[in-house]
Formats: sequence, C-alpha cells, structure tokens
Amino acid sequence: MTRLLDINDLHVTFPTEDGDVKAVDGISLTLDAGETVAVVGESGSGKTVTSLSVLGLHNKKRTRLTGEILVHSERGAVDVVSCGDEELRKLRGSAVAMIFQDPMSSLHPYYSIGNQLSEAYRVVTKASKKDALKRCVEMLDLVGIPEPQKRVKEYPHQFSGGMRQRVMIAMAIINNPRILIADEPTTALDVTVQAQILTLLKELQKEFNMGILLITHDLGVVAEVADRVNVMYAGKVVERGTVDDIYYRPLAPYTMGLLSSIPSVYGKGTGRLSAIPGQPPSLISLPEGCSFASRCSFASQVVGASCATDAPQLIEDEPGHSARCHLALADRRTAGAKFAAKGGTA
Amino acid sequence: MTPIVKVENLTKHFPIKKNALARRKAGNVKAVDGISFEIAPGETLGMVGESGCGKTTAGRTIIKLYEPTGGKIYFEGEDITDMAPSAMRSYRSKMQIIFQDPFASLNPRHTIGRIIAAPFEIQNITPEGGVRRAVQTLMERVGLNPEHYNRFPHEFSGGQRQRIGIARSIALKPKFIVADEPVSALDVSIQAQIINLLDDLQTEFGMSFLFIAHDLSVVQHISDRVAVMYLGKIMEIAPTTDLYAAPHHPYTKALLSAVPVPDPHTERTRERILLHGDLPSPMNPPTGCVFNTRCWKAQDRCRSDEPELLQIGASSVACHFPE
Repeated sequence: MTRLLDINDLHVTFPTEDGDVKAVDGISLTLDAGETVAVVGESGSGKTVTSLSVLGLHNKKRTRLTGEILVHSERGAVDVVSCGDEELRKLRGSAVAMIFQDPMSSLHPYYSIGNQLSEAYRVVTKASKKDALKRCVEMLDLVGIPEPQKRVKEYPHQFSGGMRQRVMIAMAIINNPRILIADEPTTALDVTVQAQILTLLKELQKEFNMGILLITHDLGVVAEVADRVNVMYAGKVVERGTVDDIYYRPLAPYTMGLLSSIPSVYGKGTGRLSAIPGQPPSLISLPEGCSFASRCSFASQVVGASCATDAPQLIEDEPGHSARCHLALADRRTAGAKFAAKGGTA
Repeated sequence: MTPIVKVENLTKHFPIKKNALARRKAGNVKAVDGISFEIAPGETLGMVGESGCGKTTAGRTIIKLYEPTGGKIYFEGEDITDMAPSAMRSYRSKMQIIFQDPFASLNPRHTIGRIIAAPFEIQNITPEGGVRRAVQTLMERVGLNPEHYNRFPHEFSGGQRQRIGIARSIALKPKFIVADEPVSALDVSIQAQIINLLDDLQTEFGMSFLFIAHDLSVVQHISDRVAVMYLGKIMEIAPTTDLYAAPHHPYTKALLSAVPVPDPHTERTRERILLHGDLPSPMNPPTGCVFNTRCWKAQDRCRSDEPELLQIGASSVACHFPE
C-alpha cells in the first residue's frame, strides 16, 4: 500500500469578534492509493474545512492552522501547513485535485469548456494549446461526454448539471493526481445522475489507482463507495473504522443516532424515526467535556468519568476501529448491535 | 367519502417569450402536463421525481398559487379551478403550504410571533384567549420555546425555522397541507425530528398531506400512497408498500435502484439499473411516452403512442410494457 496523505492533529481555527471558531479540533487521518476514505458529518462538523486545508485553500490571514498535513508524492513528502505558496502551487492539480459540490457555480460562464480544461492542463504541463485541446477531448471522452470533439467548444450553460460535474471531474484528473478530494460531489444532483457519477468515480479510481477523500453527509453514498469512514461531530472525529465497522458494529453513540435517524427504502418503512434530540453545539463555545453529551442518550450510564467535564479521547477499541466515548466498550457493543444496519445479519 | 382534493387532467404551462421586447411566444414549458389523482381525508400522498419533473409546480397549482392552464381542481367536492381570488380566501384557511427553504420563507424583519400570527390576521380570526396565547400554544406544540415569541428568524437554526413554518401552516387547523420538500434542506438528525413532528400532527389533527420530495426514503416513510412524476406526467401511482416492493414502471424501478442505501452489504450485492443521459427539456418533450429516450425497454410503439395510466393490481401505471 502506498501512503498518499497523512493528516496529524490538525486544528483549524477562525478568529472572529465573538471568539475563536474551532472548525476542526485535532483530527488525524490517512489515505492510501486506491482506497476511498469518507469523512461524514452534518453541516458545521468541519468536514469541508478539513478538505480545503489539504489544498491550502484558506484565507491565510483569517485562519489559524496547526498540525501537519503530509502529502506524499514521488518527490517526497510536503507539509501543506508549513510549506510556501510556490510549493503549494506545485501540489495543486498534479498531486492533489478537488471536485466541488456545486457544478453550477464552479465553472466560469464566459469561457468555453475546452478553454477552462486546457488552462488546468497547461498550468502544470506547459503544453502547447493544440496538445492541450487534444488532451481535453480525450478527457471528456473518458468521463463519458458524448461527441467530445464538438462539446469541447461549448460553454457551461449548454451542459446539464450531471454533465458539468463530469467536466469538473475531467478537470480534476487531467494532470493525473494521486489524491482526489471529492467534496459532496453528488449532493446537487438527482439520484439517477448521482448513480452515474459515483459509478464513473469508481471506474476512474480503479484505472488510475487514485486515493479518494470523499466528503459527504449522505450515509447512503458512503455505504456505496467508501472503504474506510471517519465520522465527524463538532470538529472532531468521533468514530473511525472500515465501512462494515461503522454500519454493522457502531461504537460511538453519535454514529448510532445517525444510523437510526435515516429512513431507508429497504428498511421497515413505517414506525417512528429515532431522531437525535437537540442540535449541535456552537463551535465558538464548545462544551468542556464531550461535545455530544447534551444530546447523548447514554451519558447517564457512564461510570468512572463525567461526560460533562472530561473530554473523551479517540481510542482504538478494536483493531482499526476507534471511537470517542466514555461508556464501557461492552455496553457500546450491545447498544451498537441494536442500531446497526440490517444487511449485516441477513 | 368525498376526497379532500381531486385533480383531473391538470396542466400548467409557462409561456416562454422569445425576446423581452417583441413579447412573442416562443413556446411553452410544460411543467405539469395532464395529471389526475385524489387525496382522501387524513391521507398522505407522496410525490417524487427528479428536479424539473413538475412536482413543485403541481403542488402550487393545486392550491392555486399558480393559475392552472387546464384541467379541474376540486376541494372537498367543490370546483375551485376558476374561483376568483376573493372567493378563494375563505378556502385558504383550509389549505396551507410548508415551503422547502426555511431561510427564504420567513420574513427577516418580522418577529416569530408576528409570522405565526399572520394567518389569524389575514383571515380576521381572533382565537380564543387571544392571538398571543394561540401562537404560544402553537410554538409549544411544534417544539419551540414560547418565550422566544419576540425573536427574529435569524436567531434560529434551520430545523427550528422549519418548525416556525410548520406552526404557521397549522395555525388555522387546515384540512390539507402541501409540504414542498420540507426536510431536504436539513441535516439527517434534524430531518428525523421534523418528520416525526409532521407524523404526530397528522395523527392529532387528521389533516391530509401532499408530501413533495426527491428523497425516496423519506417519502416512503411518511406516505400512504406515492405518485412518481417524470416530465410533468405521472408515471405510476400506487400504495406505498406496493410501489416500493413491486414497482411496475421502468422509471420507478430505475429511480428506486439509483437510491444509495445506508447498508454496505446491500450496496455490494444488489444489481443497479443505470439510466443513461439526462432529463429531456420540458419545452420540447419526446413524443409518445416521455420516458422513451432513457428507457431500456423502449420499442417503436413507445415513441409514437402515449401510454395511459392503467390499473395493475392496486397500482396505476403509464407504460406499454409494465414489469
């Protein structure tokens, strides 16, 4: 396995007049070649901020970044947190590329598709315009756009949402990056088109052996494409494991709550959904103890620690499967079995 | 029993002008193109489809927020299709809508109290015990703190704002509510809270819902029957259990198989129907069956004859070659 990315104890803080917003509060994760690692969480959990920091896309004046983001390439490891702008520029596109959520606003309406695609290519390779255009046509063909020769001259408004997302994917992988960050790549799309795009991403990953860091809030999408999962809550990873660990043997109460609050087309269908009461804490004044304590139904069962005052650590409960919770492991295993997705037992 | 709402062959076309000066009509967007269904008292009809299929337009036309182009709308047996706005006003207290976007549907300059009291003001009703007390009872009912009566919308989160919208819509105890994507802007854990709230309110007040959503799993959870729309037409309408267990229309089948399931084992083993291409333009829909350009079963007949909605068991299906 080739290691592509190491994030160690990353903190991202935005100082504001009201206080420091701790958007990412000490997360660590790794990504290997050929695998898909998902970062799941609700809005405001810090998943997008994490993905942006891998590319160094923050406003440097307004952001405090500490920790380490090591991007491994043929030339050795580069730390995104401490390296200079010039080095960052070399990483972007060629080592790390990104697909954004909204294909409607990520393309420039004034320039043709070919123009925008070849710009991305020429910035890195310094190829001639003619060669670049040839490469663009190849890429459009690769991502499944019919008649690429003709379409390459067209403008974004002539493409549908799904087609634009294909163009964004073509642009991201035009320089053969090893790491692809997909930030909610299908959230703006309809389900039938979402299925097309996810299939395309899986095919491209197989072909180029890319590592994909998938940012999403959709547990259905995660189940479909991810190998390993990080569940985030209020800027911290609360559970980490293989996709089967997370869905069939969840160990963190937040993950259990998430799993039981989604209605599933193959589920029982009727009956009440078990919603998580309350709402996430403000990132400016995070609680002293566990961030989830006020919404957690297990907080009262904890012995030997106080959820309200002691913050739990991310502890590896089983090989490769960690959770952040004070509750005894045996109790969490029993509880987890109740909330697990049904497919594991069938 | 008289259905609460009945629509017959309802159409809504939006004209497109070729240029702003000449005002010449260049064509029509056939947003809703001949749909018929009924909703019984206390029933929830789910309406699903991809963006641009006309589900929101259908919901708005039924309560006459848009003037229908053709067809008939009956509310409790009464024909309201051509009713004048002044005559409609008394009906409005019986039909309400919950909007999709909890950020755009509340006036930022009004307090929560004033927003929820608006229906009383418009209908000139003074509830027992005064407006303020009625509003605070409503706030409590939907899970808001009644002490927040004088706060403004920006002080609330997305889920709480949706609760405000719901409180407003149930203020006059309507018999029929159009819920237009009420949870799609919310996070899953909050989404479940709102779905449960709607469920409880229906049990308590016995109103009917037209529940519009693109999320098939949410619709399955809340609906008694489900209508699947595509390019302004109903492809299939069936009791929820039948539709999800045995879809008859190829489009329903493809739509169901495209939904990612939060269960890795199911995801790895199931077979998926991958539709090719995109939704055709509703300005110029395909001839025959509107789905024929993406359907894997399409034959010559599908390209020339439009299929009618026909009964198969408990379901109604518009397809020449149903499953």
